[in-house]
Amino acid sequence: MFFSLIESLRSALAAIFANRLRSFLTTLGIIIGVASVIAVVSVTGGMSAFIGDSFASLGADSLTIRSYTPFEDLMKGIRSRLTPNDLELIEKRGEGIASVTPVLEANRSSQIKYGPQTAYSLIMGTTYAYQDVAQSYTQIGRFLAQSDNLTRRRVVVIGEDVRENLNLPDNPINEYVELSGEWFKIVGLLEPMGDIMGQSRDNIVLIPYSTMVSILGNQSRIDIGIQLSLTPTASLENVVSQLTTILRSAHDLGSNEDDDFRIQTAEQLMEQFDQILGTLTMVIGGIVSISLLVGGIGIMNIMLVSVTERTREIGICKAIGAKSNHILMQFLIEATLLSLLGGLIGLLSGYGLGMLIANSIPDFPPASVPLWAALLALGFSGFVGILFGILPAAKAARLDPIDALRYE
Amino acid sequence: MENNTAVINLKNITKHYEMGSQLVRALDGINIEVKRNEYLAFVGSSGSGKSTMLNILGCLDRPTSGQYHLNGKNVAELYQNDLSEIRNLEIGFIFQSFNLLPRADALNNVMQPLVYRNIGFHNRRKMAMEALTRVGLKERVDHLPNQLSGGQRQRVAIARALVTQPSILLADEPTGNLDSKTTLEIMELFDELHKEGHTVIVVTHEEEIAQHCRRVVEMRDGKIFSDNDSEEKANLAGV
Ligand SMILES: Nc1ncnc2c1ncn2[C@@H]1O[C@H](COP(=O)(O)OP(=O)(O)OP(=O)(O)O)[C@@H](O)[C@H]1O
Ligand SMILES: [Mg+2]
Repeated sequence: MFFSLIESLRSALAAIFANRLRSFLTTLGIIIGVASVIAVVSVTGGMSAFIGDSFASLGADSLTIRSYTPFEDLMKGIRSRLTPNDLELIEKRGEGIASVTPVLEANRSSQIKYGPQTAYSLIMGTTYAYQDVAQSYTQIGRFLAQSDNLTRRRVVVIGEDVRENLNLPDNPINEYVELSGEWFKIVGLLEPMGDIMGQSRDNIVLIPYSTMVSILGNQSRIDIGIQLSLTPTASLENVVSQLTTILRSAHDLGSNEDDDFRIQTAEQLMEQFDQILGTLTMVIGGIVSISLLVGGIGIMNIMLVSVTERTREIGICKAIGAKSNHILMQFLIEATLLSLLGGLIGLLSGYGLGMLIANSIPDFPPASVPLWAALLALGFSGFVGILFGILPAAKAARLDPIDALRYE
Repeated sequence: MENNTAVINLKNITKHYEMGSQLVRALDGINIEVKRNEYLAFVGSSGSGKSTMLNILGCLDRPTSGQYHLNGKNVAELYQNDLSEIRNLEIGFIFQSFNLLPRADALNNVMQPLVYRNIGFHNRRKMAMEALTRVGLKERVDHLPNQLSGGQRQRVAIARALVTQPSILLADEPTGNLDSKTTLEIMELFDELHKEGHTVIVVTHEEEIAQHCRRVVEMRDGKIFSDNDSEEKANLAGV
């Protein structure tokens, strides 16, 4: 069987290349199907690897607590809040916590000015502990200090984007910027953090928490976020349940009431993202199966035509000794090879397309095709070839030699 | 080589075709024996059943009834796959219309039957080159069929029939598509092959071709009308 298989392979290749254009058009369904999938997979693959890295840099052992207002309450005008009092309780009673910092965000981007330049940025009031919790350190100058907070000093630490947007010098330390009508001295410039899901994390302005409180005025209405990092030995689960107990009792929540806050871990964010990606993958999978089905039918169609065209050849081969399985293998190999070649072309052009997409979007991570996706794409196209090649091949193998020879 | 062994033995072979309500008796009770190294011609008018006869001898077609012993083995009731094997091992078939594979060059055409014997490329090539050299086409091995003249194509076909060293060579009007000069060349080739010990059976309706053959069998309406071999026997018996 071995030598006749090799010969089948050779003559299948010869047949495919003898009809180059037709072979190409036949496999177009497979090519397009595989190419579109690989393009999407290569783009999302690059993205998810990148986002995975970004989440890791958020710190897997950090927690964020925010107030949470259910939709019905929002309609009634009730707003849940986290207060400085909650922060104090957590600082006092929380166990397994390495550092805690309040984060007070202005609820929209605020204006910031330097000379004639104006920029918009996220302004956050926080403390020296923020740098450890958020793993965000200064490259030049210093971070906010405890004394800044105690004396409500008007100092500011800025991100790289802010420096650029305001045309500040490379070393912006000791320059003054204007924030809601007040002058702030720049004491530090943060290390660049890059993007997360297309959003820059460097367009950020940090000022002392107490300074932020005084800028916002009306103390009773402020709603803070709390960020904390865990000690290396602490268990995430224990800390979360402990914090829940503290906050529930602080907010006087009855046992039948839901939490009016949310504790989020970097891991949870990651899981949410993975879920979205999983759904996307399934949708793509559906599209692939349909396009491969269509591609397979195209191949079957042309193979049936080809069997009819080559009826006499089949008769000749049978007359000089070909058995049914020789003919069957011949056509099955041809169909499979055709489909595999389509898969291969699809794979390459899909990867090319993915690279093109990734390159045309600035700051987008480079496209990458995971090995499993490449193998799966090839495996599936080969399978489609076998599946849809069987019918034409069986038809060829069943031909009666004398009828086939007489065929005009 | 033993000249008396019967290579072919047909007993009461019939081949019927049903055309609507009509029954066509293409072969109607054929009894014939062919011995090793015979040189035989089937002659007869068009539609007398010569091609049908040769197709059955070549195991391309199966008789409606009767027994066909090829080298002592009854092949009349074998399945298609077994017949394929017999064709590959025992029979070299030469057609009027050459029947070469159009996309394969001369060498590959001649190598093709050996593929079904699962012989490796180098041996296939060696054997095919020998066969092509034998028919005088050594210089044309890389030509496609449509780059060859009719006579050359038929030589390739003969090489393809020879390459498997079959026990019989069957040719159905092998010169039907050739001019008279080429016809003569091809017939001389058959004469030589016969002298080398091959069993050669030719179908023809040309008197000159039949004259090359020692034994001439004339068919009429699916029956054997005359056979100069049995006449000789009868003559011998009569003396
Ligand atoms: N497939 C078929 N179906 C029906 N009838 C057939 C078939 N093949 C042959 N016949 C009939 O059988 C008879 C013998 O045909 P065959 O081809 O053997 O004749 P032949 O002697 O080879 O004629 P020619 O010299 O013209 O080639 C003819 O009457 C033909 O019509
Ligand atoms: Mg005929």
